[in-house]
Amino acid sequence: MNDLTPLRLTHATSAASQEPVRNLSRRGFLGAASGALLLGVELPVDPALAQAEGAAAIAPKPGTRIAAFLEIRPDGTVKLLSPFVEGGQGINTGLAQTIGEELDLEPSRFVVECAPPGPDYAVVNGLRLTGGSFSTRSSYAVMRRLGATAREMLLRAAAARLDVKQDTLTTSDGRVVHKASNRSLGYGELAEAALALLPREDVPLKDPKDFRYIGKPMARLDMRDKSTGKATYAIDLKVEGMLHAAVQHAPHLGTEPEALTNEAVVRAMPGVHSIHRLPGAVAVVADSWWRARKAVEALKVAWTEPAADGLATVSGTFSSAAMLAALKATREPGLSAEAEGDVAGAFAKASRVVEAEYDAPYLAHAQLEPPSSIARFNGDGTLDVWLPNQMPELFQSVAAKVAGIQPDAVRIHSPMLGGFFGRHFYYGSSNPFPQAILLAKATGRPVRVLWSREEEFGMDAVRPLGFARFRAALGADGMPLAIQTVAVGEGPIGRWFSSIFKAPVDSSVVEGLDKKPYAIPNRRLDYVKVAHPVTISFWRSVGHSMNDFFYESFLDEVAQAGGKDPFALRMALLKDSPRHATLLKVVAELAGGWKRGPFQAADGTRRARGVSMASPFGSETAAIAEVSLKDGEARVHDLWIAIDPGSIVNPAIVKRQVEGAAALGLSATLLEQVVYEGGTRQARNYDTYPILDRDRMPRVHVTIVESGAPMGGIGEPGLPGVPPAVVNAVAALTGRRVRSLPLAKEKLSGV
Amino acid sequence: MQTLTINGTRHDLDIEGDTPLLFVLRDTLGLTGTKYGCGIGQCGACTVILDGQATRSCQIPVESVGDAKITTIEAIGQDAVGKRVVEAWVGVQVPQCGYCQSGQVMAATALLQQNPRPTDGDIGQAMTNLCRCGTYNAIAAAVRQAAA
Ligand code: FES
Ligand code: FES
Repeated sequence: MNDLTPLRLTHATSAASQEPVRNLSRRGFLGAASGALLLGVELPVDPALAQAEGAAAIAPKPGTRIAAFLEIRPDGTVKLLSPFVEGGQGINTGLAQTIGEELDLEPSRFVVECAPPGPDYAVVNGLRLTGGSFSTRSSYAVMRRLGATAREMLLRAAAARLDVKQDTLTTSDGRVVHKASNRSLGYGELAEAALALLPREDVPLKDPKDFRYIGKPMARLDMRDKSTGKATYAIDLKVEGMLHAAVQHAPHLGTEPEALTNEAVVRAMPGVHSIHRLPGAVAVVADSWWRARKAVEALKVAWTEPAADGLATVSGTFSSAAMLAALKATREPGLSAEAEGDVAGAFAKASRVVEAEYDAPYLAHAQLEPPSSIARFNGDGTLDVWLPNQMPELFQSVAAKVAGIQPDAVRIHSPMLGGFFGRHFYYGSSNPFPQAILLAKATGRPVRVLWSREEEFGMDAVRPLGFARFRAALGADGMPLAIQTVAVGEGPIGRWFSSIFKAPVDSSVVEGLDKKPYAIPNRRLDYVKVAHPVTISFWRSVGHSMNDFFYESFLDEVAQAGGKDPFALRMALLKDSPRHATLLKVVAELAGGWKRGPFQAADGTRRARGVSMASPFGSETAAIAEVSLKDGEARVHDLWIAIDPGSIVNPAIVKRQVEGAAALGLSATLLEQVVYEGGTRQARNYDTYPILDRDRMPRVHVTIVESGAPMGGIGEPGLPGVPPAVVNAVAALTGRRVRSLPLAKEKLSGV
Repeated sequence: MQTLTINGTRHDLDIEGDTPLLFVLRDTLGLTGTKYGCGIGQCGACTVILDGQATRSCQIPVESVGDAKITTIEAIGQDAVGKRVVEAWVGVQVPQCGYCQSGQVMAATALLQQNPRPTDGDIGQAMTNLCRCGTYNAIAAAVRQAAA
């Protein structure tokens, strides 16, 4: 009755073209189409617009209609409706800086909210999403222009009001000033008249040398609310008359509730309103969430049987170990993702061949806010849904499908996210909002569904388990002549966006293995698709989260086999790539010079360093980790990270994002894995799925290099360099190469 | 019937005694600044101050609270130490997603109320709440700043 399967995105709609976003093709994500693509889901406005007449029939060029973005209030503050959702990455502040710069308004006077669905907000090359580290780089030019255009309209309105020539007017932080007559008008007083004007398309932008806000470490807008408990997340919302639902999901993904054996007992529990069967789950609706949870956990459910065996579904014997074994056993020829030079020839004349296999586990997002959603059907047949999400239009479309109504009858509310890391895209049964809609429909009341942490660990869409096989041919001088790589598995782009991104090679599987800056003349990279039966997802830095670990660890193996220092080898291989060579030099300087070790530190511990590079999301990074061993565990003391995102908006935010991403990368390196046994996930909370704690947090030193290259991403690039840098240091300490994460799987000992 | 004293106000509540204090605060009283993260005492997002002690409210059945005085993040501005902690948090720009930060601020406040000059070791012992956004270093810096 409800379609909770992956979206088959059918009719792609072309949106008005807009300024191209450079560097998006890095991920093969958005660069392919010339006319930008909208997700082929039934975006609510499109059918309506197609039939509408007059002005409404012309879809606005995204990011240009001032009134869709800015509400200039009488008190001179500005409400900004953002295309993006804030989840700690600081995008609200970055937008306020960018628009405020051109509008001439102090960023702290912006109040930023995530905009409702609408074509105005499709500013990521015709799409709207918060992810892929796209937000700033995709919207920067558009948002500057928006601010400049709005300022010009305010000036024009003021000129009319004051009856002076426009070029005699200037602005000063929220006021239009006529110096000659010593008169001024606040933006708030002019807003109405200004918005009635036709925007000009040729307003000049500021010269970057005059920037007052862009490029400065401005304070973030939400710090006080977030330090005093006032920040509101989906989990904190309440609507009038709302009931609370708790769920129990099927132990095996894909099985269904068959019988409830103690329904009467549970119905009599305090506060229970009703009991429901949902696709792959049962729910209890009650007058409080705690009561609902107790009741649903008391519910005795007989579930349908999973398939006995195999990897095609999450069968009764499915395990992550079996899945990995299957990836490893795959020997089929792959699809070519990259081919350069004469690889076979290089291997034929190699004086040495190095081979290795690497793998990385399924990972949970483990964002601290458990997911929840509220659904409310209204008297007029419309539906309101409050839910954490990174792509409002997509969720609107799916919500409409689940509710059986038209998308334009669905209002999506997108609160601030309590961490996302890729968690809040649409992942079928990994999202609670379809349950909220079904329960609201069934009860005739607004319903909030909140997943307990245990249900979240059970249902979260996971970073795919991944595997890569490497061979390198070394010349007599110890330098690599060729690298041949096979990546086996499945990625989130292929799983969730295949109808838009039709390229046979899933970029989210090979990114980080391809397009390396190293001067290795002969290269070949193949992709072999092996589908996972589990729900897979984006996870901060996506394919890079494992592939840079694979590649940069293997490169250290190549260095060792060729008798080279890993830093020196990289430097040699970057001789034709000054941007990367610079970054490598910068990170070494930041770390007080390169030394691999092992060496004795001042505190008497025996330490070593590892180095790595990565090219994630249009940015470039170089990282060095300093590590010792304690009680069989790797202890990371310092991480030095140099990042070159081309240019930036807020250095303070950039540094914190890099530090946060590094922490997540370290967490995955040391501790994390989602383990399946007997078809079920083993860990259901942080006690059995440990994440990085304060005790394991290293010092993180970040430096930003602004090379002036096209603007790259920030939220994710800090992560990929960390796992290889740490593991390369561990290899120096132990004399052994760890090729499978996390490190916690084995006890480490020094040599 | 349970009687609780929260942020100086008495509340008489008709609620099962085994309900965790966390959900009474959030759902019954609407004090949503205190967060649910794990429900098993692992993450600290639900930290409140109970008679001066940082306490994980998901682990406290309401029936066990008795006369203890409960302070939540909503009352942080009414405490001199709490105010200093918030200023330090804002000054150091600690939060990212912010979800863990109510609990972090409460833990820091309890620490500094008891120990105005904590060593790094004291800070490490007291500040055990999880942060998925990796703000640990900023947290430590803010605690040191609030103590100074
Ligand atoms: S919610 Fe209480 S410790 Fe996590
Ligand atoms: S700031 Fe996001 S969990 Fe701590």
